[in-house]
Amino acid sequence: MSAGVGVDLENLWIRFGDFVAVRDANVNINGGDFFSFLGPSGCGKTTILRAVSGFLDPSDGRVLIGGNDMKGIGPNKRPTALIFQNLALFPLMKVWENITFSMEIKGASAKERRKRADELLDMIALPGQGDKLPSELSGGQRQRVAIARALCAEPDVLLLDEPLSALDLKLRQHMRTELREIQKRVGITFIYITHDQGEALTMSDNIAVMRAGVIDQIGNGKAIYNDPATAFAASFVGENNVFRGKVKRMMGSEALIETNRSGDLVARISSANQGRLKEGDAAMMFIRPEAFALAPDGASGDHFVTARVNHEEFEGNTFNIFMEGEGGKELKVAIPNLGQSFEDHTGQSITLEYEAQNAVVVPAGELAAE
Amino acid sequence: MPRFLKEFFDRNGLGIGSLMLGLVLFWTIGLIILPQLSMLDFSFRPNLPPPEIGGPKDVYTMENYRYLVFGPEGGSQSYNAVDLKVFYRTLIAAIFVTIFNLILCYPIAYYLAQTKGNHIRIFALMLIIPYWINEILRAFALRIIFGETGVLNNLLVAAGIFDTPFDFVRNDIALYAGLGYAYILLMIFPIYNVIESLDRNQIEAARDMGASWPMIHRRVVIPYAKPGISSGCTMVFMLSAGALAAPQILGGPSSLWFTQLIYQQFNDNSDWPQGAAYAVVLLVTCILLVLALMRVFKVNMGDIGK
Repeated sequence: MSAGVGVDLENLWIRFGDFVAVRDANVNINGGDFFSFLGPSGCGKTTILRAVSGFLDPSDGRVLIGGNDMKGIGPNKRPTALIFQNLALFPLMKVWENITFSMEIKGASAKERRKRADELLDMIALPGQGDKLPSELSGGQRQRVAIARALCAEPDVLLLDEPLSALDLKLRQHMRTELREIQKRVGITFIYITHDQGEALTMSDNIAVMRAGVIDQIGNGKAIYNDPATAFAASFVGENNVFRGKVKRMMGSEALIETNRSGDLVARISSANQGRLKEGDAAMMFIRPEAFALAPDGASGDHFVTARVNHEEFEGNTFNIFMEGEGGKELKVAIPNLGQSFEDHTGQSITLEYEAQNAVVVPAGELAAE
Repeated sequence: MPRFLKEFFDRNGLGIGSLMLGLVLFWTIGLIILPQLSMLDFSFRPNLPPPEIGGPKDVYTMENYRYLVFGPEGGSQSYNAVDLKVFYRTLIAAIFVTIFNLILCYPIAYYLAQTKGNHIRIFALMLIIPYWINEILRAFALRIIFGETGVLNNLLVAAGIFDTPFDFVRNDIALYAGLGYAYILLMIFPIYNVIESLDRNQIEAARDMGASWPMIHRRVVIPYAKPGISSGCTMVFMLSAGALAAPQILGGPSSLWFTQLIYQQFNDNSDWPQGAAYAVVLLVTCILLVLALMRVFKVNMGDIGK
């Protein structure tokens, strides 16, 4: 992979009047990385993208591309190309004109542009479609044209603002693979904005999880999923069961949590909080639905949870058990379907077990909205 | 019954549907098409005193049209140079007013359409409210500004830019300003309407790819705004060519507008057939000119309605 051009955000603040859209963001994006900003709508991720592309000036702090401060450099002069959420293809230009618009600006001849457009159309698997209008293409095809148009400008950094959100599920999953492939082929830095954790996890080298203008955690997909730094990251990325309580005793890298409802439970302290979480702190413990297993009746201890089953469902690959949880929220358990017999527990009280390393504890904090 | 009519009646019911259809037909046929046809009929008849109308002399003739081109029979000139020159000047001036208006209004319309905020509403009001004042008063107001002892001349002379007052009226500047101002809204609003629906992301996308502002307008905004531009230009051109009040009040003594000739035929000479023929020639020429320009700029008739 080519070295690529890195992007750094240094103490970046963006304010709109009294509203703080981005609060002290510090991010180092390696050249050639596929980097995602993941967060719910309104968390400030698009604002960051606009600051990188140059449509918005930081209130404070710096944006560096390839080590150069971008202050005072307009969007038309930055080595970035932006793919808009609604793609923003030019409706009155043919596909090939759309793709090579950046060359037209530089004064390239129609012949040169046509040639380059054909190359790019081959790359995005739309050969011979250059003379159509964007309105004559399907959603997925338009998507690819937008990518080709951005790549034609030969940017060092490609910025993508939820470009898949308008597509249907099947196409979205297909385009994930395709985007990743294209990124590997061209070797430039991709910065991807999404609220879809599946997209972020499958495509990215690294992910920044954002909440209300603040970056909660930066790491690769596994780190974000397995080792969340905050309650928000734990609850936003993937399904998770929360147990509220406080730290009763520290045990090295693990802690015994006195939960509000399920007794004392043991959990691993997430690495970002090692040495920071203290005895007596309010804490939240998270266990994924797939980390539970059914335990023999009557088992008890610091890695067993007992609760009444509200209802069950069969999802094909898993049996899902929904149990009485905390604060009206149900506790979800997913038992993989390996062809075993599975009795209905509805109405009964059952015991579950988990391994301490699969439970993670973080300081109590805001959870992601459902 | 054609399908669109059936749908129309299904949606509105027979009673309301018939009423609406009746009113629209009355408007187009009764108030526009029939009077125009009657004018067309007039234009092919000789100018006769009332007792002879319908008499043996009342026959169809091309005389009124011949008069515009060749002048009075047995006249000293082989062509009606005076009237033809007025006709030609009127068309050129109307085209000039249209282009001037377009150059003036496009940036205003773009600004109004692409800027958000309450001040935009105030700007729009400031454009609209002067039109509550009637056309004649507005024309006289411009006369006060442009007159030889008018506001503008007083200022320019006082500032030392001119030694003696400049005659804006005699040089037709007052007329062009008056015509331009009279139809400014008809140019701004169609363009504004179209540009308002332009996705801002398209402008940003072009900018992101390195386009300069002139390039963005040339390749993205203007092609998109073309229906609005053609609609505005058509209206301004037609109305300028057909204007009467502004030329009457703001025109110099030597510069007649073709509509003034038509007015003279109807009013001063009581020669309705001659006036009708002149009006028909103006109307047909304007329509042909507009259609020809629409072809050149590849505008569809449907776009004009946007």
